[in-house]
Amino acid sequence: MTDITTEKARIGAPSQPFINGFTEEGESLSPVNAAASKSPLAGEAVKRHSHGGGVGIPDSSRAGRLTSYKLADFKPLTGMEEDWRFTPLKRLRGLHTEVLNGAAPTVSVTAPDSVTVETVGRDDRRIGSAAIPEDRVSANAWENFTEATVITVPAEVQVDGEVSVLLTGQGTGASAQHVVIIAEKFSKSVVVLDHQGTAVVAENIEILVEDGAQLTVISLQEWNDDAVHASSQQARLGRDAKFKHIVVSLGGDLVRVTPSARFTGPGAEVELFGLYFADAGQHLEQRLFVDHSVANCKSNVLYKGALQGRNAHTVWVGDVLIRKEAEGTDTYEANRNLVLTDGARADSVPNLEIETGLIAGAGHASATGRFDDQHLFYLMARGIPEEVARRLVVRGFLNEIIQQIKVPAIEERLTAAVERELAATNH
Amino acid sequence: MSTLEIKDLHVSIDTEQGTKEILKGVSLTIRTGETHAIMGPNGSGKSTLASTIAGHPRYNVTSGTITLDGEDVLAMTVDERARAGLFLAMQYPVEVPGVSMTNFLRTAKTAIDGEAPKLRTWTKDVKAAMAQLRIDADFTQRNVNEGFSGGEKKRVEILQLELFKPKFAILDETDSGLDVDALKVVSEGVNRAHAEGNMGTLLITHYTRILRYIKPEFVHVFVDGQVVEEGGPELADRLEEEGYDRYATGAGAATIAAASAAAQA
Ligand SMILES: Nc1ncnc2c1ncn2[C@@H]1O[C@H](COP(=O)(O)OP(=O)(O)O)[C@@H](O)[C@H]1O
Ligand SMILES: [Mg+2]
Repeated sequence: MTDITTEKARIGAPSQPFINGFTEEGESLSPVNAAASKSPLAGEAVKRHSHGGGVGIPDSSRAGRLTSYKLADFKPLTGMEEDWRFTPLKRLRGLHTEVLNGAAPTVSVTAPDSVTVETVGRDDRRIGSAAIPEDRVSANAWENFTEATVITVPAEVQVDGEVSVLLTGQGTGASAQHVVIIAEKFSKSVVVLDHQGTAVVAENIEILVEDGAQLTVISLQEWNDDAVHASSQQARLGRDAKFKHIVVSLGGDLVRVTPSARFTGPGAEVELFGLYFADAGQHLEQRLFVDHSVANCKSNVLYKGALQGRNAHTVWVGDVLIRKEAEGTDTYEANRNLVLTDGARADSVPNLEIETGLIAGAGHASATGRFDDQHLFYLMARGIPEEVARRLVVRGFLNEIIQQIKVPAIEERLTAAVERELAATNH
Repeated sequence: MSTLEIKDLHVSIDTEQGTKEILKGVSLTIRTGETHAIMGPNGSGKSTLASTIAGHPRYNVTSGTITLDGEDVLAMTVDERARAGLFLAMQYPVEVPGVSMTNFLRTAKTAIDGEAPKLRTWTKDVKAAMAQLRIDADFTQRNVNEGFSGGEKKRVEILQLELFKPKFAILDETDSGLDVDALKVVSEGVNRAHAEGNMGTLLITHYTRILRYIKPEFVHVFVDGQVVEEGGPELADRLEEEGYDRYATGAGAATIAAASAAAQA
């Protein structure tokens, strides 16, 4: 265990931009810093961010964020809020302002017989078992959904193959969706949420991983170009539970995924992975939260993104909170972005809050790099055309995440999807 | 039979202090089957010459020509030069994260040959070439040059030389940083490639020790962006004894004409 002298260190924004012109704080830890930051974080509290706006609760501890099932408890959004400051609200198409009574994406589940799939009403007792809204859009979805899909993997059942949940958008009426995934004690399973078509949807995914259960949830966003999607995916982990979460965002006009993991017993482990590829005009945002409130749990976070084309914009915010009682915590989070063309922008903000010195390890890294001319020269000097060289590097960069999926059909599908993204713009 | 011809090459780079001329009129002709050594002190412009032949965008050719069998090399892109048969073993090979050696080698071979190599024979060829260069088999799973030691990087450059079979190999200080064993292994690789009979070699080096293993027919002494003396292998022996000191920087130019005339005679 490492003793940290300062009771609370907030590790915030790094300084020098890796790419000139990337002005938002945080997105650009140099690789040197990134490499060095796997050390336990000690020393004085780092300077707070200055966020401009100042409305809402900027920069307060993540622990203080409002949570409620009631929409009315959340003030209307202005865009100045800490958790909305990167999101173009106009493009939310009413998810934060309208009654969400449009047709929700249809849900079609393919699962082995051992898995129970139900469609239930709002008053089902399992609703609310793993999640509580943390922002206005999530609360709006909670207030407006009419029925929910509940997927239960019974205790001690090991599911062969994956549970496939196809969510197909039904058009541009603003809608609400609710899914509950319950992995009962000592079960083992993989659930794939496959988002396709055109939708304007606010979604709450509740994920309960009971004691000793092992669950992988893969959320694929392969929407059409005009889709708008805000998805809160909250997981609650029991003792010795293992949870792996993989977010893949490729399609859609605006996709904002906010995964979180909360521990309720010791010995649990969470891995959060993400892959995103934004092209011209797309806004792909991911904000995650790992709440270490129990002793001796582990978390590991890696998100990788590629960007190409004018006004391609990605946002990654990684909040990891190690509370006073979470002694023995071991956590690491990293975000890496690869900018392929001019005019794209990657924001990357790791926030690591540490309230106890008695941890096993805590680190973070963030790097946003350009496809490097030296890489390109080396590959081209071996006869490889520029286009192919670029593809080789991006494929390699993103493959680290794709490899985590371990469902061959989906790995192949995503590899092909990444190829299509690369082929889309000819740079 | 191919010819790589460099004529009166002037090259400059842009620095913060402005344009700096590095190559000041270099002429050199290499034919298939020949090995030319370019020897010179640090900073004399050897890597600049090598990188310019390969087409690195940092180097601006202000005058002069490079042709390969009469074709204008300077008009070609970097990848076109490689596909035309030029290979540069770099002094500092670049690490390319995310791209496995296997994938890289196959992609490059496909680009150079214009068709994908037959998988079974290719895998066998790669394995055999790696074994000869004493490169661990598990290197194929690693990313290009990532985390390789200096010596490993140089071996992997020569691995590519053997697999890609270029018309002309430019070896930029491939010997630097190698211990004696590695130097032998690497030299044997170059000699094997040369022995196939379809390659000319431009061996750039600071030291003479690699010339014990690779025998050049021609030696060119490079000082301050120019060839200041040319001769046969005996010139290398003299350099070994006397070093570069007698070519006082700047003074070389005046004596070059006489020196090279003597060498040609
Ligand atoms: N990237 C660079 N920036 C500034 N000067 C350079 C750069 N590359 C080469 N030079 C200068 O050009 C000259 C020749 O360098 P180089 O070709 O690397 O020589 P050599 O390979 O013979 O050691 C040196 O004076 C060196 O300082
Ligand atoms: Mg050099």
